[in-house]
Amino acid sequence: MKGRALYLDGVSVVFDGFRALNNLSLIVEPGELRAVIGPNGAGKTTMMDVITGKTRPTAGTVRFGEADLTRLDEPAIATLGIGRKFQKPTVFDHLTVFENLELALKAPRGAIACVKWRLSGEARDRIARVTEEVGLLARAHDPAGILSHGQRQWLEIGMLLAQDPELLLVDEPVAGMTDAETERTAAMLVGIAGPRSVVVVEHDLEFVRALGRRVTVLHEGSVLSEGSIDHVQNDPRVIEVYLGR
Amino acid sequence: MRAGLGAAVGLLALLPALNALPTDHALHVSDFIVSVTGKWICYAILALSLDLAWGYAGILSLGHGAFFALGGYAIGMHLMRLIGPRGAYGHPVLPDFMVFLGYTQLPWFWRGFEYFPYAALMVLLVPGALALVVGFLAFRSRITGVYLSILTQAMTYALMLAFFRNDMGFGGNNGFTDFKELLGMPLATPRARAALFYASLVALVAAFLICSVLTRTKYGRVLTAIRDAESRARFLGYDTARHKLFAFVLSAMLAGLAGALYVPQVGIINPGEFNPGNSIEAVIWVAVGGRGTLVGAVLGAFSVNALKTWLTSAAPDLWLFALGGLFVVVTLFLPRGLIGVFDRLRKGRAP
Amino acid sequence: MRRIAILLLVLLAPLAGHAQDAFEAALAGLGGGFAQQAEAAERLGMLGDPRAVPILRALSDGRLLRAGDGALLVREGDRNTFALTGAAAEISGAEPVRINNRVRAALRGALGRLSLVSPDQAERLAAAEAVFRSRAAENIPLLEAALARENVARIRERMELALAASRLAAGDEAAKRAGIAELGASASTEARAVLLESRAAAPALAAEIDAAVTAIDRRLAIRHAAETFFQGLSLGSVLLLAALGLAVTFGVMGVINMAHGEFVMLGAYTTFVMQEALRGIPALAPWSLPLSVPAAFLVAAACGAVLERGLIRHLYGRPLETLLLTFGVGMMIQQAVRLGFGAQNREVTSPPWMQGTLELAFGVTVTQNRLWILVFSLLVLGLTVAAIHLTRFGLEMRAVTQNRRIAAAMGIRTGRVDAFTFAFGSGIAGIAGVALSQIDNVSPNLGSGYIIDSFMVVVFGGVGSLAGTLVGAMSLGVVNKVLEPYAGVVLAKVFVLVAIMLFIQRRPRGLFALRGRAAEQ
Repeated sequence: MKGRALYLDGVSVVFDGFRALNNLSLIVEPGELRAVIGPNGAGKTTMMDVITGKTRPTAGTVRFGEADLTRLDEPAIATLGIGRKFQKPTVFDHLTVFENLELALKAPRGAIACVKWRLSGEARDRIARVTEEVGLLARAHDPAGILSHGQRQWLEIGMLLAQDPELLLVDEPVAGMTDAETERTAAMLVGIAGPRSVVVVEHDLEFVRALGRRVTVLHEGSVLSEGSIDHVQNDPRVIEVYLGR
Repeated sequence: MRAGLGAAVGLLALLPALNALPTDHALHVSDFIVSVTGKWICYAILALSLDLAWGYAGILSLGHGAFFALGGYAIGMHLMRLIGPRGAYGHPVLPDFMVFLGYTQLPWFWRGFEYFPYAALMVLLVPGALALVVGFLAFRSRITGVYLSILTQAMTYALMLAFFRNDMGFGGNNGFTDFKELLGMPLATPRARAALFYASLVALVAAFLICSVLTRTKYGRVLTAIRDAESRARFLGYDTARHKLFAFVLSAMLAGLAGALYVPQVGIINPGEFNPGNSIEAVIWVAVGGRGTLVGAVLGAFSVNALKTWLTSAAPDLWLFALGGLFVVVTLFLPRGLIGVFDRLRKGRAP
Repeated sequence: MRRIAILLLVLLAPLAGHAQDAFEAALAGLGGGFAQQAEAAERLGMLGDPRAVPILRALSDGRLLRAGDGALLVREGDRNTFALTGAAAEISGAEPVRINNRVRAALRGALGRLSLVSPDQAERLAAAEAVFRSRAAENIPLLEAALARENVARIRERMELALAASRLAAGDEAAKRAGIAELGASASTEARAVLLESRAAAPALAAEIDAAVTAIDRRLAIRHAAETFFQGLSLGSVLLLAALGLAVTFGVMGVINMAHGEFVMLGAYTTFVMQEALRGIPALAPWSLPLSVPAAFLVAAACGAVLERGLIRHLYGRPLETLLLTFGVGMMIQQAVRLGFGAQNREVTSPPWMQGTLELAFGVTVTQNRLWILVFSLLVLGLTVAAIHLTRFGLEMRAVTQNRRIAAAMGIRTGRVDAFTFAFGSGIAGIAGVALSQIDNVSPNLGSGYIIDSFMVVVFGGVGSLAGTLVGAMSLGVVNKVLEPYAGVVLAKVFVLVAIMLFIQRRPRGLFALRGRAAEQ
């Protein structure tokens, strides 16, 4: 893997006069796991939307290696090697676990290519491996629609594994989870990361502490503070934003 | 299941042969049954095409009647050209309505329709091209759900208005009729009826097989994925607009084929075929049978139309209540249609 | 020679203040010989005194009598009156005055001119038209006299036009110039034709004439544009009425109600039923249309509430199923009305105050019922906005729209709000039906044509924005009417549909788009 950096410079997004992102700049090095935190409305989800092509920035540069992400749409960015996990697990309810993973598997994405696609032994093995990794082996041929909430989360993570992205964006993965689940999810994400770059958006500081990596704090659409968790937690501006005066 | 389908096709294939038996024979089947079944077969192809778009790709098109009608018009133009000098005005080239409207020469878009292969190609290309344009615009701007449905309805509505105009060059509100022959075979003879019946049956089986193969490939699963969670599919790297466009165009072509087989059997095509009500009626066939299953679409087309044929002669006033009631019952109580009912019965649970 | 003499007489008469005498003197001539009679008739015609009309008519009908003393009497049925004073006359032995063809011709001419001062407005207007067409310089004084006493604006306008045209036909250059200038100040196609016609006869004045024609053309263009604009607004008001209810049910609740058009149709039938029911009650019969407004609202709202609580409620979150379900319901409503009232059109008569046309500046005419509907649609829009923004119900409705769960947590009974909102939107559809009954055929499929248009208006204007619905409806109406002369009614509609499709390309959320998180739902 050659390793590409994610590079955001001076990115602004304006909705009807409201600045969701305000001159945001951020660099994620190849292989880095970065936590992005911030209070509600800080622009975390909008930042994800800009990187994945869902929202076009009003101004600024967004690059992944040499590719200009502002000129690409979601599928093109996804095939470039950027995967995204939503806050609410979204899987394909009417397809089986196996089929969900099959669709995620790295392969040509065109209509004709999909018609011609035949499942090779190698692909089958890979799907089986991923299914095992996320602990869904027993349910491989059940429709995703009948899985429990947690299993759907694992399935979605499995789909990201099968997609094998170079950069992984994870949106609030532990919202509404118990402490035990949170811990397990943190371990899983660290495990997935490996050679990949990962950006985790979260506003749960404890979870971020569990990840133990570099942290960026967003506030009102721009970077407020950046550094280790201890550094940002002692930054008076961060304290002010989180605790108020 | 597969055996049942084979048996059903075999039974249908027998109908024209039984029709050829002497009228006093115990197994004789009336002309009416044959012609009405021939129409239902065409409807079943239309239902299949709609199911591909709606049941699999989640595109609830309220404009498939327009693709059906365009296919019908394309073959109708061929049939009109074959009338030649036998029209009421006896003009060697121009169809009667053109002579009547004072045309002096054939409009450019009528050129080539005297050749069957060209007309047959147009049967597929014209609906396909319309679907390509409408689908491209709609899917590219991420128009989905009811927006898309109303858009397709507006499309067929606009076409209906346009085809009602005399200066469009398609016969205005009278459309095309008085066809004489097709492929050298005089229409309105038992032989022609049987030939068209078999052609439709073959087309139905072929359409069924194509759809069945297609939906079993990964492409079919991508369509289902788009239907269930389009943005997820997009973030997985699937250009959902293109996939949907592919399905929509293919589906429109199938609908055009259905219309082209239908028109020579009923002997007329007019702008009434573009009526938005027709399109939405086709939707209910699919819903009644069970969308997302190909057998369901075919079953729905046959059963709803059988009900219609029976009810419109037995109690004409009640038909629209029955049809409206079907919409209500199916959406509220039978989301998976008759197929869902059969499934539950088979599993031994009460429906 | 004689003409000039008469002309002088006529011109001098009012100046000298001897009109009374001139009338009396001329009148006496009617009792004389044929030549004298004819001259008298012509003089009376030129005098422009309306009193002459019944007398000349009596002479023409053989009802003018001459008493032994030479006094002229008019016979009306079985009683006689003095021609000059109009007082009753008890005189026996009066002889009818006889006339010949020459006198008859003179009488016709005089009566024609005198109708310019007839007490009957229609007659005056017709006379002005006739004089305009004849374009004779000799009519100038007559027209001036008639104009002096005319005070109905519409007739004055025609007379002024006739005067200008007559001046154009006059011999001397100055009068012609005056005529051209006056014609050029009008906005009349006839004046334009007159000018063009006289252009060949008066090459010296060609430049003036051309300038006048250009001026008329400019005014005609403005008038045409104004009329097209009004027609567009009128169509827009109909679209607005039809779309408002949909803007509430779809825009606010996100429920597409394909039976919306049938609710409009029910409103129109309610108007019909009210008209028939109140026919027997003289005190209420004239009020049947205004009373139909609340009645139609209640009927449609009740149907809407039943539809929402009975069926739609079970399908929230499944918009496509809702679409199919409501389509089926619409089909059944339509068939029920067809069986109940028959498939043929029902007659709903307009009250007198909605009939006729109204003329505005530049001769722009608008029909009263269209104008009323325009005003009415804005009124309904105003009430809708008020209901949503000023009432408790509107507040709860907006709360449920924005966040159903939080609203429920605050103690709002969301189910009830849904039912009320849907009933409200349906009721507005019913009100639209009352208005449509005035301009459209009341038949079971009245509403089916409106669902697509209404939806387009809502989508074009921006879902969830009533201001967008207003602007959307009006602009679609105007664009439709502007395109119609070039493309025909049908193609104009097709163009608009295609244009909206392309518009959605650029602005998928409509003109007045909600943006940010709310729009992502």
